[in-house]
Amino acid sequence: MNGILKLAYKLLVNDKAKFTALLVGIAFAVFLMMFVTSMFAGILNHSSSTVINIGASIWVMDPAVQTAANSIGMPDYVLDAVRSMPGVKYAVPLYSGGALVKLPDGTYQSVTVLGLDDNSLFGRPQLTEGKIENIYAENGFVVVHDSEFSKLENPRVGSEFELNDNRGVVVGIAKASTAGLFGIPTLYTTYERAIQYIPNPRYTISFVLVEPKSPGDIVKIKQQVKTLGYLALTKAEFMRRTSDFYTFQTGVGTNILIMTVISFIIGLSISAQTFYTFILENLERFGALKAIGTKSRELVGMILFQASFTALTGYGLGVGLCTILISLAKLRLPSYAAMITYTSLLLAFVMVLIITVISSYFGVRRVLRIEPFDIFRG
Amino acid sequence: MPNVAIRATGLRKWFGEGDAKTTALREVNFEAVFGEMVYIVGPSGSGKTTLLSVLSGILKPNSGRVSVEGVDIWSLNADQLAEFRLKKIGFVFQDFHLFPRLNTAENVAIPLILRKKDWDESIKEAAKYLEIVGLKGRENLPPVKLSGGEQQRVAIARAMIGQPDILIMDEPTASLDGDTGQSILKFVHENILNSNRCIVIVTHDSRIYEFASRILKMEDGRLTGIEERAA
Repeated sequence: MNGILKLAYKLLVNDKAKFTALLVGIAFAVFLMMFVTSMFAGILNHSSSTVINIGASIWVMDPAVQTAANSIGMPDYVLDAVRSMPGVKYAVPLYSGGALVKLPDGTYQSVTVLGLDDNSLFGRPQLTEGKIENIYAENGFVVVHDSEFSKLENPRVGSEFELNDNRGVVVGIAKASTAGLFGIPTLYTTYERAIQYIPNPRYTISFVLVEPKSPGDIVKIKQQVKTLGYLALTKAEFMRRTSDFYTFQTGVGTNILIMTVISFIIGLSISAQTFYTFILENLERFGALKAIGTKSRELVGMILFQASFTALTGYGLGVGLCTILISLAKLRLPSYAAMITYTSLLLAFVMVLIITVISSYFGVRRVLRIEPFDIFRG
Repeated sequence: MPNVAIRATGLRKWFGEGDAKTTALREVNFEAVFGEMVYIVGPSGSGKTTLLSVLSGILKPNSGRVSVEGVDIWSLNADQLAEFRLKKIGFVFQDFHLFPRLNTAENVAIPLILRKKDWDESIKEAAKYLEIVGLKGRENLPPVKLSGGEQQRVAIARAMIGQPDILIMDEPTASLDGDTGQSILKFVHENILNSNRCIVIVTHDSRIYEFASRILKMEDGRLTGIEERAA
């Protein structure tokens, strides 16, 4: 390490109280920023759980639909029309709706029911128990083993329940790659059984799931669907639409933004103030260095190094703390809605850079202003 | 004259403007040669510290010229002047201005570190200078663990480690008791002063006059008298 930077490093870290305060301030701010943005990312990810788990390339829906959880039924002709479009390899219906199941102990539990196309079972989950073909058996349902599984009294293959006075039998236990957002269990069955068991409005197709012949056909399919008065979105587009809905139309995004700004202000105020105090306490010594023969740019370099070193160390600690806490939370709650994304990491890093620049700006200004003559004058 | 260390002519320095104008130096001429220990004495506010600052390239005069080893220091730009001070001038400040978060050896090594010398070599060199000033074995102590006299010795070691030709000492005994102050100046006189070095000291302390080669008296921004001594 360059001697002058090592000098700056020693001046910084040997002042243990201030260095600790600086690290705590920045680490805490990074932790808060990371945590809220990770929670937000987790929530957005969970909000698209159905889209992720079903995995269709293109989703056809009513234009008013914002999320997979709130579908608007489409008439059967939409399915037929889509199937007949050039570029469509195949298209299948998906039922998505809510229902109440009566458990063996007599209590009721809300569930999400996904009805898969009877012929293809397109979008079927991966089973950990049972066989998927048993979904065709009388009253057959597959239960997703996620964090909400226990709300159905931890059913096993063969367990029974009632759904709208219809008997239901668990024929398989599935794992889901992404858990849902609303804290209710998910059941899979066939499309026909779903619309038979659950009271429905006139139109029953929630979504038409489409597989294009080639990626190049997607644009064409979307245009043709649009002429029908419906909307076709790719998986990524539907996820973004869902994210946008929760971000901009539910207040979640605003709250997260406010929390992030508060975290930033906390981190900035703690670290800028502590760093400035650190500079003030050493101001005479910086003046002495200037008198001895340190150039102004070397002093600026020392301060920037101190600020950057503190910021990066605090950033690492904050990210580490956040990762540990989220990991611990996920050990207890597997579907805990928080995920650290590159965006969260980048956002926190940019915030830390801003904190560094602002903190060091005031210090640099003060040090550049000090006259070595003031040191002689006392 | 090759042995002239510092020559200043026509120095004028004032602070503020208008009614707030205070004149610190009025047409001061100064000369110091290698091998001598020059004292600048006078009452508070007489301009001693201002003169010392102007001579050492820290405070620019409003007019006049300062030549150190033949170099017109106030014609240098800021970086050149900083470099010049680092290489040619050692400073001992009144309050020492040691870094409390660095140990004694690191404090002493600062001028070498600023000259981009390797850290470990600088610390080794600092240990040698601490030995010279009688502080062997105190290398790893923080300055606050040292007495005032010892801190002054550390400051002297720091000023000397770069082997400057000029040593500037501002009130070197102000923070010390009488005996310690005398022993420090005796040490400087016997061990630091040599024929290739010039030491300029600003002081109020008449108890250390015995070590001076010359004493320049200042009053109201002017040099009012010179006392040659046989130190």
